[in-house]
Amino acid sequence: MKVILGGLAQPATSLANNTGTWRNFRPVYLQKACIDCKMCTIVCPEGCVYRVSEKKFTFNANYCKGCGMCAEECPVDDIEMIMEEK
Amino acid sequence: MEKHLFLAGHTACYGCGEALGARLVVDAAGPNIITTDATGCLEVFSSRWPQSAWAVPFIHSLFENSAAVASGIEVALRAMGRQEEAKVIAQGGDGGTADIGLQCLSGMLERGHDVLYVCYDNEAYMNTGVQRSGLTPYDSDTRTSPFGRASWGNRYRKKDMPAIAAAHGAPYIATASVAYPKDLQAKVKKALNIVGPKYLQVHVPCPLGWKSDPALTIKVAKLAVETGLYPIFEMENGVVTKVRKISSPKPVTEYLKLQGRFAHLFKKSGGEEEIKKIQQIADENIRKYGLLSETAAAKVSAEKE
Ligand SMILES: Cc1ncc(C[n+]2csc(CCOP(=O)(O)OP(=O)(O)O)c2C)c(N)n1
Ligand code: SF4
Ligand code: SF4
Ligand code: SF4
Ligand SMILES: [Mg+2]
Repeated sequence: MKVILGGLAQPATSLANNTGTWRNFRPVYLQKACIDCKMCTIVCPEGCVYRVSEKKFTFNANYCKGCGMCAEECPVDDIEMIMEEK
Repeated sequence: MEKHLFLAGHTACYGCGEALGARLVVDAAGPNIITTDATGCLEVFSSRWPQSAWAVPFIHSLFENSAAVASGIEVALRAMGRQEEAKVIAQGGDGGTADIGLQCLSGMLERGHDVLYVCYDNEAYMNTGVQRSGLTPYDSDTRTSPFGRASWGNRYRKKDMPAIAAAHGAPYIATASVAYPKDLQAKVKKALNIVGPKYLQVHVPCPLGWKSDPALTIKVAKLAVETGLYPIFEMENGVVTKVRKISSPKPVTEYLKLQGRFAHLFKKSGGEEEIKKIQQIADENIRKYGLLSETAAAKVSAEKE
């Protein structure tokens, strides 16, 4: 009899899991007043915010859960939360 | 997306401070690490078989033995002469650290393993549905410390884990918060450059257990520090060497009122007396760690005169 004592998973494989489907609200990155402070990329618990180019940030909708932390912490209110439409 | 060592697709709740904390810790540590974790939310939401959110080696064994597993890895690396190749980071929740894993952590500290132990302090056993732990704050409403006619919630104060770690002679002990990511990451880097056992306790709001708005995770964490309820400091070789100063301490009510776990203090008559006790805890911290900035201290002494 073979007894399996543990489970193995390959590293960095969670990306297969699209947690974006959980979202009730979605952020809108206005890209108007942005001061390039990177706060949104730092505080996102999903780590799914990224810099597109100078003073332009956006998020990956496959993973964003719509928590609103990026919008809350943006120092110049350049991120808005709106109701998700599905 | 930005490059991270803790990836999206993990299944933590919206606005989870522990998910943010873990990502900040491993990103600061860099790729050459081996991590362990105790059973708890972090383990469950990051390693839902057959997937893993970790881009670094990650081992989960039991609830109580994260520090013991990490000790073993560190010894194995030395035995193979490969200790230069990877640093070892042990992780656990507050329950896995201050209660059930305390014995293994004590052993790790006593034996002097070259391991950084990180406690993600969300102040209760969250993964099993919010039971109180040794790090649950006074008067917090949890499943095992419910408020009611004869109760104000958790009747005990937070266990002083940093002091317990310090009593073992650990060369580096620090507290941090997800509200101050740069400070947290600098502490991880500093700790990894010190040989011997290190203890880092990170305050991580849990919107589910604290009944707080997920969007306010950073704000709530900041208020814990600004009120004096969660002192942020470093201890080197047993003495406090650095503290995060507070320029004007906020009343504890500002912190408490954002969280459903303290809502009863504002509803039940007699709550003001309880809030006073919590304010006392904050004031004691401010005195004990010298948290007031010079301008704030001057203001306080002027008010007294
Ligand atoms: C020996 C043992 N007892 C109890 C449990 C059940 N259990 C799993 S996770 C957990 C709570 C973890 O709390 P904490 O360490 O604070 O981590 P959090 O989930 O809050 O991040 C409990 C009680 C277990 N897995 N093993
Ligand atoms: S709403 Fe939350 S999950 Fe979505 S991008 Fe902002 S911080 Fe990240
Ligand atoms: S937090 Fe706001 S200002 Fe800062 S980088 Fe993000 S969008 Fe720009
Ligand atoms: S219960 Fe709390 S700690 Fe656990 S995943 Fe949810 S928010 Fe994070
Ligand atoms: Mg916990």
